[in-house]
Amino acid sequence: MIAPFEWSNAQSVQDALSQLDGKAVVKAGGVDLMDRLKEGLDVPSRLVNIRTISGLDYIKEDSGWLRIGPLVTLATIAEHPVIREHYTALADAALHAATPQIRNMATVGGNLLQRPRCWYFRSDQFHCLRKGGDRCFAQDGENEYHAVFDNELCAIVHPSAAACALTAFDAKLQIQGKKAMREAALENFFVRPEQDVTREHSLAPDEILTEIRVPAPSSTTRSAYSKIAQKESFDWPLAEIAVVLEQRGEVISKASIVMGAAAPVPWRAKTAQETLTGKRLSEETARVAAKAAIQGATPLSENAYKLPIFEAAVRRTILAAGNMEARNA
Amino acid sequence: MSPTAQDAQKPATGEREGTKNEAGTVRRRSNPGSSSGTNRGARSESLLFGIPGSPTGLTKVQRNVPADEPPQLPQNSELKVIGKRVSRYDGNYKVSGTAKYASDVRLPGMLYAVFVNAGPPHALIASIDTSAAEHHPNVKAVHVIEHIRGQAELQDRAKEQSSRYPIVRYAGQPIAAVAATSLPAAIDAARLVKVQYETMPFVISVEKAKESNAPLVFPGPAAEEATAGGGGGGDNVPQKGNVRGPSPGRHGGGAKGDVEQGFAQSDAIVEAEYRTQVQTHSALETHGVVADWRADGLTVYASTQSTLSVRDELAEIFNLPKSKVRVLTEYMGGGFGAKFGAGNTGAVAAQLSRKTGVPVRLFCDRKEEQWATGNRPDSRQSVKMGAKKDGTLQAIRWISHGTAGVGTGAGTSGPAQNLYRCANVETEDYDVFTNAGPGAAMRAPGHPQGAFGLEQTMDALAEKIGMDVLEFMDKNDDSDARRQERLIGAEKFGWAQKRRKPNSDPGPIKRGVGVAQGVWYRIVNMDSACEVRIHKDGSVEALSAVQDIGGGIKTVVAQVVAEELGLQPRDITVRIGDTNSPPGPPSGGSMTTTSITPAVRNAAYKAKELFLTEIAETWRVPADALSLSDGRVSSREGKSASFKQAASALPIEMVSATARRSPEYGQRQQMFLGGVQFAEVAVDTETGIIRVEHVVAVHDCGRPMNLLSLESQVNGGILQGISYALYEDRRLDRNTGVMVNPNLEEYKIIGSKDIPQIEVHFIEDYLARSSTDAGGIGEPAKIPIAAAVANAVYNATGVRMYELPMTPARVLAALGKVKAAGGVA
Repeated sequence: MIAPFEWSNAQSVQDALSQLDGKAVVKAGGVDLMDRLKEGLDVPSRLVNIRTISGLDYIKEDSGWLRIGPLVTLATIAEHPVIREHYTALADAALHAATPQIRNMATVGGNLLQRPRCWYFRSDQFHCLRKGGDRCFAQDGENEYHAVFDNELCAIVHPSAAACALTAFDAKLQIQGKKAMREAALENFFVRPEQDVTREHSLAPDEILTEIRVPAPSSTTRSAYSKIAQKESFDWPLAEIAVVLEQRGEVISKASIVMGAAAPVPWRAKTAQETLTGKRLSEETARVAAKAAIQGATPLSENAYKLPIFEAAVRRTILAAGNMEARNA
Repeated sequence: MSPTAQDAQKPATGEREGTKNEAGTVRRRSNPGSSSGTNRGARSESLLFGIPGSPTGLTKVQRNVPADEPPQLPQNSELKVIGKRVSRYDGNYKVSGTAKYASDVRLPGMLYAVFVNAGPPHALIASIDTSAAEHHPNVKAVHVIEHIRGQAELQDRAKEQSSRYPIVRYAGQPIAAVAATSLPAAIDAARLVKVQYETMPFVISVEKAKESNAPLVFPGPAAEEATAGGGGGGDNVPQKGNVRGPSPGRHGGGAKGDVEQGFAQSDAIVEAEYRTQVQTHSALETHGVVADWRADGLTVYASTQSTLSVRDELAEIFNLPKSKVRVLTEYMGGGFGAKFGAGNTGAVAAQLSRKTGVPVRLFCDRKEEQWATGNRPDSRQSVKMGAKKDGTLQAIRWISHGTAGVGTGAGTSGPAQNLYRCANVETEDYDVFTNAGPGAAMRAPGHPQGAFGLEQTMDALAEKIGMDVLEFMDKNDDSDARRQERLIGAEKFGWAQKRRKPNSDPGPIKRGVGVAQGVWYRIVNMDSACEVRIHKDGSVEALSAVQDIGGGIKTVVAQVVAEELGLQPRDITVRIGDTNSPPGPPSGGSMTTTSITPAVRNAAYKAKELFLTEIAETWRVPADALSLSDGRVSSREGKSASFKQAASALPIEMVSATARRSPEYGQRQQMFLGGVQFAEVAVDTETGIIRVEHVVAVHDCGRPMNLLSLESQVNGGILQGISYALYEDRRLDRNTGVMVNPNLEEYKIIGSKDIPQIEVHFIEDYLARSSTDAGGIGEPAKIPIAAAVANAVYNATGVRMYELPMTPARVLAALGKVKAAGGVA
């Protein structure tokens, strides 16, 4: 049951910022927030509804950038013709998240800033490290859906599909504070457990995400996204992959590979990227890159099965990005 | 109620052996109404019998029928309403939100109650301090539970440290309840109740619970009372530590022959262990009631599968006459076997209403529903079966351990004992107590589990002797119904074309097909009666306490009355789910349609006779010269009037008749319902993801009454079964005993995009047993599919899945792509 709180419809970003006193919480689509309120994970004094702020739900191409307002819904991103054609991985990531009902409500900003779905974190019966407790219950507990990389301290997986795709596109964020605006590379925006186990990102409580900027792709850029989940309807991924490839002639000049549901932050497969760069795309190069993608994984007692899934998904997604269908897949 | 009817209602009384529900099943089967109707006289009648279109065809059988029974109905092709596709009586109300479920009931002055639940999985409650909660400004009453319902109880209480409060035996067990003027206030106040625990060691895994030094869930023998849906093991089953059993075979088969000799005579033997998980019922509407205690009686709006069972339990708890307790269930949001009796919600809400003098609403939240209100027990089935080269099944040995948590009823040997003819059968079913929420009867208790082991072993045996599995089934299955179902199913599914050698696809995505069968018991409940009223304005009402838990019995009641009176279902007003009406059967064990429709028809037939007698007098014709059809009353001489016009001539405001169900016609014998299901799957051998693409199901249920709602029930059973096969799994944290997925998000239930193309067919199976000859479908629909999917996975990959749910982790482990995870269980 949700504790009582005040509700405020913000008129502008400045208006919203002026209300963020440390006890108030920003509400955009409200999807993740509702769950947290119901479980008592968040007990805010006030919800500052930023959906009433006009002009934060645009998608525009502007001097080398795709600029996305934080209130754009996942449904809009999934269907947007420019995103679908030039940022396919992002459109597909949005399309495969949650359910149609949720995609109609959920904003891309909220998707990036949502809190993890770890069942220990989400339960008020477990006071875990991330909530200020003294242990990660997943380490020797029920951990089949948990992280396979960077999981020593806290084994959550980052829950955002949009983050996976946008990181692969080297997106940047515009962040408005009470006094100043700052810009952050999305990849550096997320916080690893060893930096601060209680937070997933570096947005301060009195800051608001105001824009997502994605560099315009070159004419040879191709991208793809895959989500592997037990269920096709309303399920979180066991593995998700976003791949962005730039080609020069027959050769891959730049590869960006990011894995979701792999680690507490979107997890860039650096070695895999290196193995692809300068190579011609083929079944074999994709296979080698996929193998490299899972190198260094540290699976827990019950989630080693995620490694072959990641390997297959990375290989298939690389081939899909290169317009080469995986054989028989 | 006659003693006979009471026996049928509470089947397990006095003789509770065997496993949950099935003990009840046996009693119900063997008992119904042995003495009732005997003084009504009998006539000998030649009745339709058999399966139209099958090799044995439709024939006649001579049976003694109570003299006042209506004449037998012709086969469905000659009927106007019964056996057709009839839209749901209340479908519009349900989809438009007009229908008010028990959880929607809001009475003036009503209080909201919530439970206080136990944190630790095993503890003695040292003290409960409710004073802070009681001082909450909006709290009207606090009730501390002194008798916990719906789970097993220690037989000799002296074996346990005495305590005013029930011992906490699982995390989430209800301890107390707080009633306040609003739900938020009640939740606030519930947090103020202070409980001091003395925690005890606990055990949640079956393996550990079986160990000799395991913490004891009960420090001595424990047993559970049966519910109307079944349940309860007997008092005489041995118990050692946490292990209770073996329950003697009571599924109608029992131990027979000599299995060792059977194995010695076998050319092929398959031996394996199969494991299934705990599945929760996850009905959309949680358990709960609104209880309204007044000086002149107690009225309860309940989400229940049996209005009578709620009434009876409350009458017993509060020592009230049954006539002073009224239970209403107008609409019901799902039960699947777990909603019988008053339970903790009913008992506590009634207490709180009595204390406060105003109505009290107490419904579980989703977590409580997942923790505490029932589940399908897990199982480990150690199976050995042998067959001769010619396909004759020689021997079945079945040893099963499972946990219903703090309840009983984890047996799985029903299919092994009843599906195939086998000379040598030995079964042992053990319950293993663990510190987990109690099991409850769930849609064919024991059978989806048992079919998973049995039908995979049949598939493996068939392969071993080099025989198509359908032929192998033909050799060992005596059921004419299933023979016909296999024939129809194989043709519709394209079995001959689709069934290839295992692992035939070269690529990573492999397709395969499988088949499995199920068997369930034809159960009759004799507390089945109905009143049919014909009013002077021509409107017609049917009344019974029977409840519609979603299967669509309201529609079928309307059909039966309409057929008898020559009207359309929409002409009939159906008022059910009210204990003020004539008694109705519980909706469990697939007994509703079987039990109530003959009573409805008998009542409609009697009302029709009364009606026509009155009309005949007015029309000055003999009553037997009148007939009803197409909404008209017609005389032999050619006089005709609309039903409404004719009714306006009634000399009294209405004519009415009440009738009950007669005992089954003919010699008493165990009878079965069943079905055959074919599945086609695609297995991604690189990710371990299984997609079920196509299912063909062929079922029998006596005379099919409403093809539309039957199809819906089979669809539902298949979906719940695929969900069981691939996704659902109640997970308890191994270190704390706390459920980690007590929701509908991480507790994964099949969604719309995971649904295969499903094709459902029915055979007509005339049994000559009642005035409608109808049977049930709820349980059989669920039984075979998990096994059919597993067999299809084997056919696709050449690798057999021995454990449910068939998750990517398990599929990849079975394929040797990853080591089996230590603890995935």
